[in-house]
Amino acid sequence: MSSTDVAPDAPEAPEQPSLRSGGRRFGDTLFSALSVGSGILIFVTLALVAIFLTAESMPAFRESKELAGIFGTADPAFSLIGGVAPYIFGTVLAALIALVIAIPVSIGIALFISHYAPRRMAAGLGYMIDLLAAVPSVVYGLWGGVWLVPRLEPLYVFLNQTLVWPSWVPLVPSGEAIIPLFAGDPTAPMRNLASAAVVLAVMILPIITAMSREVFLQVPRLQEEAALALGATRFEVVKTVVLPFGRSGVVAASMLGLGRALGETMAVLMILAPGATFSWHILEVGMHNTIAANIASKQAESSGADMSYLIYTGLVLFVLTFIINAIARWIVSRTTVKG
Amino acid sequence: MSTATTTASTLSGARAAERRLPLWHLLLTGAASLVLAALILATFGNLSIVGVILLGYVLHLVVTYVYSRVREGRRWAADRVVMLLVIGAFAIALFPLLSLLWKVLVEGGSRVVKAAPHPLAFWTSDMSGVIGGADAGGVLHAAIGTLLITFWASVISIPIGLFTAIFLVEYSSTGWKRTLAKGVTFLVDIMTGIPSIVAGLFGLALFLAFMPDQSVRMGIMGSVALSLLMIPTVVRSSEEMLRLVPLDLREAAYALGVPKWLTVVRVVLRTSIAGLTTGITLAIARVIGETAPLLLTVGMVTGINWSMFDGRMATLPTFINQQYRAGSAQCRTDTVTNVVNGDVYSCSVTTNIDRAWAAALTLIVIVMVLNLIARLISHYFSPKLSR
Repeated sequence: MSSTDVAPDAPEAPEQPSLRSGGRRFGDTLFSALSVGSGILIFVTLALVAIFLTAESMPAFRESKELAGIFGTADPAFSLIGGVAPYIFGTVLAALIALVIAIPVSIGIALFISHYAPRRMAAGLGYMIDLLAAVPSVVYGLWGGVWLVPRLEPLYVFLNQTLVWPSWVPLVPSGEAIIPLFAGDPTAPMRNLASAAVVLAVMILPIITAMSREVFLQVPRLQEEAALALGATRFEVVKTVVLPFGRSGVVAASMLGLGRALGETMAVLMILAPGATFSWHILEVGMHNTIAANIASKQAESSGADMSYLIYTGLVLFVLTFIINAIARWIVSRTTVKG
Repeated sequence: MSTATTTASTLSGARAAERRLPLWHLLLTGAASLVLAALILATFGNLSIVGVILLGYVLHLVVTYVYSRVREGRRWAADRVVMLLVIGAFAIALFPLLSLLWKVLVEGGSRVVKAAPHPLAFWTSDMSGVIGGADAGGVLHAAIGTLLITFWASVISIPIGLFTAIFLVEYSSTGWKRTLAKGVTFLVDIMTGIPSIVAGLFGLALFLAFMPDQSVRMGIMGSVALSLLMIPTVVRSSEEMLRLVPLDLREAAYALGVPKWLTVVRVVLRTSIAGLTTGITLAIARVIGETAPLLLTVGMVTGINWSMFDGRMATLPTFINQQYRAGSAQCRTDTVTNVVNGDVYSCSVTTNIDRAWAAALTLIVIVMVLNLIARLISHYFSPKLSR
């Protein structure tokens, strides 16, 4: 099946259809129908996802406090907003922390590969970062849960107990953590939201890096050389030419990373000790959970209306990621037209 | 840096060259920072390699900035600090990758090699009858399940994905098809971002809507869920490959009177076959490690199940998750008997987690082999168009 002998085949190609009269028109019709059909199937599939998720969440709608009036339910068991809100909070918080960790590091790596590393090394280094993307999420969960969590403990203890307001500073609660996010009372093992977010950050790193790297490589060479010729240092080239050119690309890449972090299940499921509060204390254990991890942990014991409620939370997640991804794609399409 | 240095030295001669710091100065400050960090940590009584490297790195940032500021000026000092930061970012990213691969290789490798009763038994036995802390069992059933489910997901996804790509590239130039193609491109982008757990819920909801028994789980449900994740990647990569085929080839075929469909099959697909295979292999490598959809749709069993339509199936990713969640085993006696075949094994507290690592090694080996195949195909069989 090698592609080397296209040319010798081409002359005999027209003879074949003429051997079977009518085959030509039939082949064309069939092929056109198949490919257009596949295109339509994509529409149908996404519609089916929305329809089936909605249809299977109907029992939960019927049993909900919010829609009890419409369905006339006497004793509603669920709350469509109150029940899922803590999980939305946990999902968004974990994804945002992951993003805050991953974006600076990703930009650094992308700059290193595109502008700092020797040209010969760059391809190999890029491949190593791509390897990070090929590792299955369940292996990240295993690594995070067994290896990383105990090793993050000293850092958390430092943030929680060493980085506190000293007693001689007036007008502050002395002994409280300087950064409110790290306040609270963490206990080992540190199966908290911060650990989950660190692993999420490692997982979205290759996505943001790959896309930023592509954008940074597209920076017009002449502009960079003009800046260098004016006596700019390499950092000034990056600051005045590369980053302004690549900014929207980095934003779009970050949005895609955000979409991935919002929907990631296994790393969170295997690391986080679940809870359902609106706590901002990301070091405290058993306070948060994400929508995806909540579905995965409860699906085995759920059936009937409970299962239907889980599917409803999945629908919420679907809509959430749909919006994030649509915004990201919109930014990408806007920038490609401009660039 | 080299271009900047040479430009500077040629412009203003010896004075400029004197102003720029040579490399050994920076290596020296780096070494000094590490020693300083070690001294600081030693006085506080918690000396560790990681601590020394981290604190040394931060100290090096400060030392470099101050030293370079004095000798070279503010702008070059900023340049040096940013360069250190960029290298640091890369090292930070490499660290998880190396530690993960190392951990999987060491932990998983030792379990695979020492597996009772004979070496590599881990890959030739399943989990039937393995209870408690028995230092036995394997992933044969899970590997078979993973391969079967991924195979059927590919059977569903590849034709749909390929034909969608052909539609986007070959059949969407005019009229309503153009509008449809725009919509399809957008939806494929959206599909790329579907969370895997939502794909799993879709597979579940689709089948449960037609099944009287709501607790039914089977392999084909997993394949359908995975194909939802696989189709967009196949479309994306195939579309890119088909667009690479030069228009000249198509026009030459039309000029010879070849019908369009035959042009697509014999010229376009034939020219891009290497790229298509690479893209599809990478798509398979991507879904073979998906866990969340399979958790919802195929469940878990201890033995081999060859049927896609009858009952639950074990897969490698869900097996890793299950063994990890089982945690440490209890050993009340020194040996454990397999309740199915009567074999006696020694008891190990860490047996579950060991199996999880070994299964992770198996999964990573499969994924890496697929990636390697994809690279080899694209390297040796990519179309030689520019001759």
